[in-house]
Amino acid sequence: MSDQVVAAGHEPYLQHHFAKPEQQADASKIGMWLFLVTEILLFGGLFVGFALMQSRHPLAFLEAHKQLDKTLGFINTLVLLTSSFTMVMAVHSVRHDRRRQAIAFLALTLVFAGAFLGVKYIEYAHKFHEGLLPGRFYSHPGDTVPGQFMFFSFYFMMTGLHGFHIIAGMVLIAWLIRRTARGDFSAQYYTPVDLVGLYWHLVDMIWIYLFPLLYLIR
Amino acid sequence: MQAKAHETSPKTYVKVLLTLMMLTVTTVLAASFDFGSANVVIALVIATIKASLVAMFFMHLLHDKPINSIILVSGLVFLSIFLMLTLLDADTRPDIQPAASSVAAPASPTPK
Repeated sequence: MSDQVVAAGHEPYLQHHFAKPEQQADASKIGMWLFLVTEILLFGGLFVGFALMQSRHPLAFLEAHKQLDKTLGFINTLVLLTSSFTMVMAVHSVRHDRRRQAIAFLALTLVFAGAFLGVKYIEYAHKFHEGLLPGRFYSHPGDTVPGQFMFFSFYFMMTGLHGFHIIAGMVLIAWLIRRTARGDFSAQYYTPVDLVGLYWHLVDMIWIYLFPLLYLIR
Repeated sequence: MQAKAHETSPKTYVKVLLTLMMLTVTTVLAASFDFGSANVVIALVIATIKASLVAMFFMHLLHDKPINSIILVSGLVFLSIFLMLTLLDADTRPDIQPAASSVAAPASPTPK
């Protein structure tokens, strides 16, 4: 059907500088992937710094990571993986014009994202209490290896930046729920849902690396 | 839209999710054994398998236009250049010394 709608402007969502809806969707997607690569490189700087410092101070990092709660990290990994699943199901639903189902899956994703931040809050609160703070704010008593504060500088910068991405994702998902409820999306046009989905999976992917690197040092 | 020809079914999504969860359990279990320096390699290999599953199925790269995969992979290539050259640089230098002990460097410009 879309092949017959060649004349621009027939579809309300088709911008005039694109010949066809599918060209518009492809262009948007390429743009999103380019953005995601910049995100990978943004986190990449922190990962490289972490790798460098850990290889210089393996004992300090090993000792420091024992302060993290593996169980909570594990639970949060499962929560985030599940949220990726509900997100992809939301994309699937909207693609099949099942609007209510899409809203339900988006809302579930929002709930899982909230749960992730809730667990993160428990972890952060515990660390603040123990004086496990980044840089010069570090005041944890009874450290056996010097330089343990460094691990927590990385821990807070990496999980903190990741946390901000979760919050941004939640805002975007809330926006999608509103637009889906308003009837903006259909099987013909669902690019925003698709792209926010990609973003959400990337945030999940970054956590996939953060979890073993921070929580499971050996 | 046009992508309907190759659509991933919800069944596949469920399988991918279960695989991801199993791999998460595996990585936690693997970390409880001492494989020496292989531990971090095992953790990163499992993480990369998980990330690939997310990229291929949840992010639809498997059935998507190749340009998107090319963008992702080229980004990862640059990230690995960044990582390898930084570590190579650090490993081929003397240990980073605190500022006080580096004053004794031969070429230190001492004002006279």
